[in-house]
Amino acid sequence: MTDLTQLSAAALADKLAAREVSSVEATQAHLDRIAAVDADIHAFLHVSDHALEVAADIDRRRAAGEELSPVAGVPLAIKDVLVTTDMPSTSGSKILEGYLSPYDATVVARARAAGLVPLGKTNMDEFAMGSSTEHSAYGPTRNPWDLDRIPGGSGGGSAAAVAAFEAPLALGSDTGGSIRQPAHVTGTVGLKPTYGAVSRYGAIALASSLDQVGPVTRTVLDSGLLHDVIGGHDPHDSTSLSHAWPSFAAAAREGATGEVLKGLKVGVIRELPDSGFQPGVSESFRGALAAMEAQGAEIVEISAPHFEYGVAAYYLILPAEASSNLAKFDSVRFGMRLDVPGGTVEDVMARTRDAGFGEEVKRRIILGTYALSAGYYDAYYGSAQKVRTLIQRDFADAFAQVDVIATPSAPTTAFKLGEKIDDPLQMYLNDVTTIPANLAGVPGISIPSGLAAEDGLPVGIQFLAPAYEDARLYRVGAALEALLVDSWGGPLLDRAPVLGANGGVR
Amino acid sequence: MSEITPDLVRHLGVLARIQLSDEEVERLTGQLDVIVDNIAKVSEVATPDVPATSHPIALQNVFRPDVAGGQLTPAQVLQNAPDAADGRFRVTAILGEEQ
Amino acid sequence: MGKDKLMDFDKALELYEPVLGFEVHVELNTESKMFSSAPNPAHPSQHDAEPNTLVAPVDMGLPGALPVVNEQAVRYSISLGLALGCSIAPSSRFARKNYFYPDLGKNYQISQYDEPIAFEGQVEVELDDGTLVQIPIERAHMEEDAGKLTHVGGATGRIQGAEYSLVDYNRAGVPLVEIVTKPIFGAEANAPKLAAAYVRAIRDIVIGLGISEARMERGNLRCDANVSLRPRGQEKLGTRTETKNVNSMRSVERAVRYEIQRQAAILAAGGAITQETRHWHEDTGTTSPGRPKSDADDYRYFPEPDLLPVAPAPELIEELRAALPEQPAARRRRLKADWGFTDLEFQDVVNGGLIDAVEATIAAGAGAAAARKWWTGEITRIANAQQAEAAELVTPANVAALQALVDAGTLTDKLARQVLEGVIAGEGTPQEVVDARGLAVVSDDGALIAAIDDALAAQPDVLAKIRDGKVQAAGAVIGAVMKAMKGQADAARVRELVLERAGTA
Ligand SMILES: [Mg+2]
Ligand SMILES: [Zn+2]
Repeated sequence: MTDLTQLSAAALADKLAAREVSSVEATQAHLDRIAAVDADIHAFLHVSDHALEVAADIDRRRAAGEELSPVAGVPLAIKDVLVTTDMPSTSGSKILEGYLSPYDATVVARARAAGLVPLGKTNMDEFAMGSSTEHSAYGPTRNPWDLDRIPGGSGGGSAAAVAAFEAPLALGSDTGGSIRQPAHVTGTVGLKPTYGAVSRYGAIALASSLDQVGPVTRTVLDSGLLHDVIGGHDPHDSTSLSHAWPSFAAAAREGATGEVLKGLKVGVIRELPDSGFQPGVSESFRGALAAMEAQGAEIVEISAPHFEYGVAAYYLILPAEASSNLAKFDSVRFGMRLDVPGGTVEDVMARTRDAGFGEEVKRRIILGTYALSAGYYDAYYGSAQKVRTLIQRDFADAFAQVDVIATPSAPTTAFKLGEKIDDPLQMYLNDVTTIPANLAGVPGISIPSGLAAEDGLPVGIQFLAPAYEDARLYRVGAALEALLVDSWGGPLLDRAPVLGANGGVR
Repeated sequence: MSEITPDLVRHLGVLARIQLSDEEVERLTGQLDVIVDNIAKVSEVATPDVPATSHPIALQNVFRPDVAGGQLTPAQVLQNAPDAADGRFRVTAILGEEQ
Repeated sequence: MGKDKLMDFDKALELYEPVLGFEVHVELNTESKMFSSAPNPAHPSQHDAEPNTLVAPVDMGLPGALPVVNEQAVRYSISLGLALGCSIAPSSRFARKNYFYPDLGKNYQISQYDEPIAFEGQVEVELDDGTLVQIPIERAHMEEDAGKLTHVGGATGRIQGAEYSLVDYNRAGVPLVEIVTKPIFGAEANAPKLAAAYVRAIRDIVIGLGISEARMERGNLRCDANVSLRPRGQEKLGTRTETKNVNSMRSVERAVRYEIQRQAAILAAGGAITQETRHWHEDTGTTSPGRPKSDADDYRYFPEPDLLPVAPAPELIEELRAALPEQPAARRRRLKADWGFTDLEFQDVVNGGLIDAVEATIAAGAGAAAARKWWTGEITRIANAQQAEAAELVTPANVAALQALVDAGTLTDKLARQVLEGVIAGEGTPQEVVDARGLAVVSDDGALIAAIDDALAAQPDVLAKIRDGKVQAAGAVIGAVMKAMKGQADAARVRELVLERAGTA
């Protein structure tokens, strides 16, 4: 029998539907894989005790002739930012250790309803603040390509889990690149949907106006399959769009034929120079563009003069909203409480929050409190919201000329654990290419574009499309993916090192 | 240089209800100073004629019908409570007062 | 507490001009909360809810929970804004007011800040003596209520000295409209009365709209009263204090009077007023200082990113405007004139909350005086005895039907009261009670004469007195006859017949 963990979700789903394999077999294979490699990777904070039960139930229902969703029985890893009733949800923070939600996030409920099998909760930077997963209160996740390197962040756990074949599908959240940048450094696929395309209900909020939940997978088609399950209007989220979305799996399948590349106008941003970008990243990017051009795509230089203000605006808006969103962690209703003998509730709150939050979280809360405080609001928060308008205008101008915008997904390949941890500003600059999409609400996808010549590590290319045009990203992404996989003679991840020397967890 | 001082950081800690140690205050003062210097550039282009965007996708009038239901059970409400008594959350004495 | 020096009220008014301002919070009686579908404890069906039984994830700030605006609360807020004479903002939005407090599940309150739903209005207020005053309204905005804290340990149940506190989040998320006035000048010695009259006016408006139970003792309606004084002839406003959550109209009046006297004493002694919130103490009739305004009041407002602007269509606003009831003050003036009541009579009706009942009773055919008499008299008496609401005991149609039986001579007043009891006891309409209990007046003279003759025969001394011209002695006979007739006779007719049979008529 083939190794079930090596299959794409689409291929596994086909085998399940054809009853060539059972969900219990598929789930057990992934649990075994987790046991074999996760001691090295540490992608999971919690592995479900119920996965096999859920899988058995799917198998029973399938045997009974029940009509099941196309992905029923496929295992799924869930970023710990999403609340779940049957597993703890910590958002990578000590302050929420052991927290059990009385309700499921909408995307989790939809995944369950579609018969996906939750395997466990994946590691992340605390409250999704970070680009390396080193800020998890439960220790870092390691990059399957090089265990001394970061898997990206904040969703390093989900990206590493799919890259290490511990799960075929994972859920992530992307506030400034937390799905796309980990995809870039792990050789996987990550898509941030249009803001409002996927419900935020039950996603522990970082920055409400930037957060978006999305799929983390190894192929573009798998991303579409998962997106079809989790997307669509949710009345529990006021910012959820009531838009009639097409099937993204269908868009990916259509895109794989390559037709879409003929005459496709691909915008390249003049103001994103090669400087600051690792040579191998730029090279891989240009290679991918050339491959598209060879198939009839037209590369068009566009101007986005305000993107350079994006990081600054982002690091005002995010901390401001986060400082408010994280106020609820106060020791009264849930989470950690530090006893302060003789102290008032104010003392208990202040000491609990000091002990329960990590350094990066405190840094951003203090920064956000500053940005919102009287006397500074206009200069900082107010100005940042204006930059947002300017970046939206840049996008509108660009999309008047091109169908998609392409950028490298991040400036460098995976850096070493600990390399940037003491330099928050350097860490923040890592998000320069991914942030504009969050500020403007437009969708973005990162797919592998190759390996950097100098370090042999994966590089991703990012495509951005106008709001509501997520399907376009699936078509374009699948087309390029097909071209590149063909040229490589197989998926990029085939070239990742073999894992599993150190045994498993739990 | 920006105007970040240890006193300001300490005050922000009070507003944010985080009991920062002196050492934390000192470290944060230096870090925030660098960060703020870098992000203050937003004001360069944020001229008065540019409207602010608070939501990336402009929607309005998103409402819920006035139908009651969906409340948690008292057990669910208290399920994660650090301390509870008489069906309510218990906290130590409060110094300040209601707003 | 209570150690404040007070200046004589009249003296204070001589030296200083009081300037008032009010923030009134109205809890809306929607089925569900402002931002969640949990049942609303301010809805009459939820008064007796146990703690933490009306809580949805967003009300207690559970991780991942999100708010969604209650459409009915928005409609109610627009209606209230219109009734306050306000303009409705073409677009308004919610903001977060950030501060830590255990009754606030998210540690921010969703409120409206720079873009309230309603602004710039005025409310006509009528003082007891009939004086009309226009109160300028600055804004009315939507927000959510906080949970409830109970302080345990310590002698008073107050926050000071408590050992610990218990938090119930049922009230968290109850829809509120906060109505803020502009500074009110010129109230002078009427200031305390005006305060009570203003709160009464708001209460009447929200009751007229049917959007709140408006029971101050239950916290449906809460008033914060701002008071400042300025020396006569001075332009600049004085420093104000804000007395919080005064829970009856009488207390609002007393609290304003107290603050004027307290502040005047301080100013006259050369002292300065501290800008602060103060607490009203019902038991001692005094206020005490709360938290001084300080840096800690940096609420870091910013637009609520989880919610979107509220931009009511002009058609909706016009629909709600067209559906507004007559302004309570104008309606009261009209009805008082129509009904011809004295000030005192009318005040009885108003204070009993019986305007609607009396109006409906008159509409059903009763005379104004009779309608008033029933409602403020017997029905109110029974309601008090049963600790019930008068207006809920009996329908106006039945009261009118009862009065019709009196007018037709079928019932005496005394019989009618018995019939009313039957109606309230659920025995049916007045006519059904009359039939079932056989309570109609005996109008057959033959039966009366027989009873009179028996009574006169039994009391020969009385007969003699009557014949001697001591007509008042007839009372004893009349009483005996009424008793024999079980009260179902018209006493006046009995008297006529007694005199006739005694041969003196
Ligand atoms: Mg107020
Ligand atoms: Zn308020």
